[in-house]
Amino acid sequence: MAHSARRDCPELPDFSLLKRLARDQLIYLLEQLPGKKDLFIEADLMSPLDRIANVSTLKQHEVDKLYKVEYKPIISTSDQLCFLIRPRIQTVKWICDVANADKAAGKFRRYKIIFTPQKFYACEAILEEQGIFGDVTTDEWAFYLLPLDDDIISLELPEFFRDNFLAGDQRWVRTAGSALHLLHSLYGPFSKVYGIGRCAKMAYESCRDQVAEGEQRAQKAEIGNVFLIDRDVDFVTPLCSQVVYEGLVDDIFKIKCGCVEFGPEVTSSDKSLKVMLNSQDKVFNEIRNEHFSNVFSFLSQKARNLQTAYDKRRGMDIKQIKTFVSEELKGLKQEHRLLSLHIGASESIMKKKTKQDFQEMLKTEHSLLEGFELRECISFIEEHINRQVSMIESLRLLCLLSITENGLLPKDYRSLKAQFLQSYGVEHLLTFYNLRQMGLLVEQQPGETLTVMETKVGKLVNDKTAGKLTDAFSSLAKKSNFRALSRRLNLVPKSDDEYDLRVPKDMAYIFSGAYVPLSCKLIEQVLERDGWTGLDEVTRLLNCPEFAATAGNGPDVKAKSDSQRIVLVMFLGGCTFSEISALRFLGRERGYKFIVVTTAITNSSRLLEALLGKHE
Amino acid sequence: MAFITASWNPLGDAFYRKTELYEMCWSLRDGLRDCLVAAAPYGGPIALLREPLRRSPSSRPQLEIYSASGGSIASFPWKSGAVVQLGWTVSDELLCIQEDGSVLIYDLFGSFKRHFSMGQEVVQTQVLEAKVFHSPYGTGVAIVTGSSRFTLATNIDDLKLRRLPEVPGLQGPPSCWAVLTQDRQTKVLLATGPDLYILDNTSCTAVSPPGLGPQAGSIVHMCVSFSYKYLALFTDSGHLWTGPSHLQDKLSEVDTKVRMSPKQMVWCRRPKSQQPSVVLMWDRLLLVAGVCSDTIQFPLDDQCVCVGELDGVRIISSSNQELLQEVPLVCQDIFKIASMAPGALLLEAHREYEKCSQKADEYLREIKEQSMLGEAVRQCVEAAGHEYDSNTQKSLLRAASFGKCFLTDFSAESFVSTCRELRVLNAVRDAAVALPLTHTQFKQMTLQVLIDRLVYRQFYPLAIEICRYLKIPDYQGVSRVLKHWASCKVQQKDLSDESISRAVCMKVGDSAGVSYSDIAAKAFECGRTELAIKLLDYEARSGEQVPLLLKMKRSQLALSKAVESGDTDLVYTVVSYLKNEMNRGDFFMTLRNQPVALSLYRQFCKLQEQETLKDLYNQDDDHQELANYYVTASYREKRLESRLSLLQTAVDEFNKAKNEFAAKATEEEMKLLRFQRKLDDEKGAGLLGLSLQATMEALLALGLQKQAEQLYRDFRVPDKRYWWLKLKSLAEKEEWEELEKFSKSKKSPIGYLAFVEVCMKSNNKYEAKKYVTKVTPEQRVKAHLAVSDLEGAADAAIERRSESEMGAVLSRCSDSDRLLIDRLNRAKASAAKK
Repeated sequence: MAHSARRDCPELPDFSLLKRLARDQLIYLLEQLPGKKDLFIEADLMSPLDRIANVSTLKQHEVDKLYKVEYKPIISTSDQLCFLIRPRIQTVKWICDVANADKAAGKFRRYKIIFTPQKFYACEAILEEQGIFGDVTTDEWAFYLLPLDDDIISLELPEFFRDNFLAGDQRWVRTAGSALHLLHSLYGPFSKVYGIGRCAKMAYESCRDQVAEGEQRAQKAEIGNVFLIDRDVDFVTPLCSQVVYEGLVDDIFKIKCGCVEFGPEVTSSDKSLKVMLNSQDKVFNEIRNEHFSNVFSFLSQKARNLQTAYDKRRGMDIKQIKTFVSEELKGLKQEHRLLSLHIGASESIMKKKTKQDFQEMLKTEHSLLEGFELRECISFIEEHINRQVSMIESLRLLCLLSITENGLLPKDYRSLKAQFLQSYGVEHLLTFYNLRQMGLLVEQQPGETLTVMETKVGKLVNDKTAGKLTDAFSSLAKKSNFRALSRRLNLVPKSDDEYDLRVPKDMAYIFSGAYVPLSCKLIEQVLERDGWTGLDEVTRLLNCPEFAATAGNGPDVKAKSDSQRIVLVMFLGGCTFSEISALRFLGRERGYKFIVVTTAITNSSRLLEALLGKHE
Repeated sequence: MAFITASWNPLGDAFYRKTELYEMCWSLRDGLRDCLVAAAPYGGPIALLREPLRRSPSSRPQLEIYSASGGSIASFPWKSGAVVQLGWTVSDELLCIQEDGSVLIYDLFGSFKRHFSMGQEVVQTQVLEAKVFHSPYGTGVAIVTGSSRFTLATNIDDLKLRRLPEVPGLQGPPSCWAVLTQDRQTKVLLATGPDLYILDNTSCTAVSPPGLGPQAGSIVHMCVSFSYKYLALFTDSGHLWTGPSHLQDKLSEVDTKVRMSPKQMVWCRRPKSQQPSVVLMWDRLLLVAGVCSDTIQFPLDDQCVCVGELDGVRIISSSNQELLQEVPLVCQDIFKIASMAPGALLLEAHREYEKCSQKADEYLREIKEQSMLGEAVRQCVEAAGHEYDSNTQKSLLRAASFGKCFLTDFSAESFVSTCRELRVLNAVRDAAVALPLTHTQFKQMTLQVLIDRLVYRQFYPLAIEICRYLKIPDYQGVSRVLKHWASCKVQQKDLSDESISRAVCMKVGDSAGVSYSDIAAKAFECGRTELAIKLLDYEARSGEQVPLLLKMKRSQLALSKAVESGDTDLVYTVVSYLKNEMNRGDFFMTLRNQPVALSLYRQFCKLQEQETLKDLYNQDDDHQELANYYVTASYREKRLESRLSLLQTAVDEFNKAKNEFAAKATEEEMKLLRFQRKLDDEKGAGLLGLSLQATMEALLALGLQKQAEQLYRDFRVPDKRYWWLKLKSLAEKEEWEELEKFSKSKKSPIGYLAFVEVCMKSNNKYEAKKYVTKVTPEQRVKAHLAVSDLEGAADAAIERRSESEMGAVLSRCSDSDRLLIDRLNRAKASAAKK
């Protein structure tokens, strides 16, 4: 049932180059510390590292033992320790402890810290403060980008979201800029860059400056258009329940670094199985973008086809069987294995999601998006909190309610908050504080005050010199205006006629036809209009700085035709699989190929967990 | 042209020629008599110090600096001590070595740069003689003191004084000495009488030049070649010994028949020399002594100074300057009378061609027959490079260009580059610029250095022209020149800040590779802070501005520039700098105005300095953040008392922040904690830290109804929540009777469908059915369906005439429910009709 793609879709650039570059550099860095050494790897770097260099590659370069960084005293007999870490103060402090403990014990070792993708001054300051600056050597492994799939590249920096949007800490912006610069130098030059959001703008400027500083190389442009978008431009989309297969798998089984662990209930055996989910998996590739309601029928069709293929054996003579076994059987077996796996997964999803609760929840979500039957929605959420169905889900619905309604009425806000605290503990006062900071869950200000304030802030936002004030007022300015945006961009299709999910007519299919993701709609509009012209009202409502830049001298026309239809979309703060599916759909419709670069793959629970108060 | 060989003098099988470089434009009253003169190689400047040793306080000697053509660059009275020796460094700085061992360094324009000393002991013993020498390490200075001890400094920019060991038996000064650089070591070669010694860092070795017998007499003069490879010794018997400087061999020995020690002795050779020679100068005579024992004599009618060059010797007199050099082989080939070399024939051919004579063809044919045309062109091009006269250059190049036409596969590269280079060389040889470089010297010195020298002499427009003409990438060429120009410009004291910054901006614009921050740094160095700030404004990369701003103590500005740059590392650098520089109050105030820096610092404090974080919030009167801080802190606390006290502080802060809701919630939390503690103590319930809901759940599970009830009342738990809770808890414990009692205690705020569903979850259909009837009509169909009572569901649906509900029931019917399906379908049809 795969959609018939427009035949003139351009080829995607080959991103495996990124992996090769990263691996070569890592090997070079390891060789800088000759001799046997133990390697300590930060926990969340394990999976990305595995995609770049496996254990045997590391062993080849004299890595003796591998450890995970666990913030505990170490047991290692090696006299050379190498640490492969993110530039986090906490980890550097731990390394200082390790080194100081060795000193106290009179043990002499060599220490090398490899920061990836870059080091921060603060980390070196810690080393200095702890008095071991002279004892360690530091290096940077410029591993900015991990290709997760043909069209998905991740920075694998989930903390980007919290650091940047909640704490206002811009340290990762330059990292994003460098990542973009890397893509620019390998696959650029980009002829057009669009973007929306403060962070997007800064990342682009950082990239632009790096391009200006670096050497200019004339090369064939493989990527024509770039679109940068901040996560806080659109919070509605990641907060909605995902119903497209890949998104559902992520919501339920948690896809980590392009890899998922299916439990015994899926594998129908007694052990779990780790499976890579990407376009190499032929079965998955065909269903990943499908609405879940289609997946079963597709899988059963597939199963029948498979049976027919197997059945061909009957009536074959020896020779035919021989060719069948040597040529087809292996493929069929492989397909068989994958098919049964995905059927297992679908069944498991069905079990969890087709219950009454889930249907009710979807109904509530859709009502919230449409703005109907608000009281019912609120009582549903209330009940949800009272019955302690799921803390994250409750928060999710609360946020969705707040964003779609431009904040909760003070009465509702207080009562729901109080109930939530009763259910999940008072420490969530901090969570609520964080959510308010983000503008995700706010109380409506009584009367006119907000609008007056808002116009003031709005003016300030437009006035560049008042950048400082914008920051101060940013939480106030973060009024979502979802309803108005939804009308203007027609995000919620009229629900008169049945939406045929098997033949989607727009990107709304990823949410059962109830909602076109705002982020993807913006991308569609900007590409269609070749800029932001005519979207003034939208950007005003979004209240984020937008920009569009064209490279000085465009590449020749020949290169244009192909690369111009390759669009790189960079999500700063994470994107969901549903958004990727929507973009793939858009690409097929309009003859684009989208490449999604994201700071991390996110979903509603990752997003909200990052904002929990207990985090610190 | 025909007389080009007129100035050639044969020496052995080679020729030497003298070319006039300049008529000196200086006017020296007493010529070069009684002067200390230092002229730098590679056409460097000339320094003169008149009568340096006449130490009368009333008349101070004048120190004069001239360009190579005698143009005055600087002149000032010498106010310091007696000068023993003048010399130039490789970077055209003037070294004045004084008797007391101090060395003063001046730049080309006579401004004092710095000084250093050759050692304390020299103050007593005095410098007898000094030499300035060049080695791969830079410029060095060697002195010999009154106590006949040598001290060396191999590189004055990285001063390390080395006192060489004593020479055994040396009484009084050595008769002559020279500095040698061999095997990456700097040594001194000295002679006393007939004996020769080599002094290195640790030892003094006596050596004897091969073939120099004792009958030759004492060595009175010596010189080392430009490359340190050859040595020449002059003895009091008038013999000149030449040989390689490692003294393993001998080149020749010439009897000059002059017994007087020469005033100056200089090697004259060139790379691939056929006939190297030594130039000896007496008062009235200049003698060129070749290793072939031939000599050339030039009479002198004026005081002269010889300057050894890579490929010849410059002879400077008070009236003119000449270059004495061996005629390069290729020039010999071409210009030698009756030469049949291909180059010579080509030149002749071209000459005939210009006369429109058919002889041109004959000559050409002759070359071509020998297939030597390529060689001929090459010779002409090469010879052009060696010629100083531009007319000779032209005729050679024209001949080359002419010959080139008859070649098909000739690469024009060398021709083109020679043309370009000669054009540049002719430009810098001009008397106004005065860099009389030969092509060989130019190649050795490199274009980069040439541009540097032009820049140093402030010939900015010429330097830029050359860069553009030779198409040097901006980054190494024009931009570099502009940078120097700007750095020089900012030092002009007579101009206002405004006009300088405008001028700089106009010229430099946004040339790639010119950093305004470097220019600004220069301005700041000269004490022009305001100008520096003005210039920094032009710097496009805010990051580059920061270090200088910090240096100038403009920390606020530095911080905002750092923030502008978007480089958080830079912001952090400034923040940590400010933290150390400012008092805490000011520091926090500064941060307050920079939210980006503040957030960054907060993040750091959260992990590193919790206390600072608190101070930071206090300073800002940010009670909300303070309260959050205390709440967070309370969760890290294990002991209940301290936890409660932290929470109490949080309550106070919440109140100050006018966040009544949070204050109340926190108070209730405290109440709950106390309650939990009490029950834990009494019953060991393990409640501490649970949420209210979890606490009630736990209480109900433990059968502590009364306590649960108490919480329900005390914390004003909504009825709905409590009912859900109790319903679930009773069902879990399967206390069905209690449940029924509870259901009847009052009208359920959560309805009765919940009862049905919860019972069904415990798989108790019997109990569930009890509540079906109580369910409101709207939910009754669902309730029936929940207990799988299709009939009942159908009845309810038909009664309510709800199509969708009937549909829902239908979807649950299986084929065996034929009757029911029919009934529902009928009802549906009739409902649809209406």
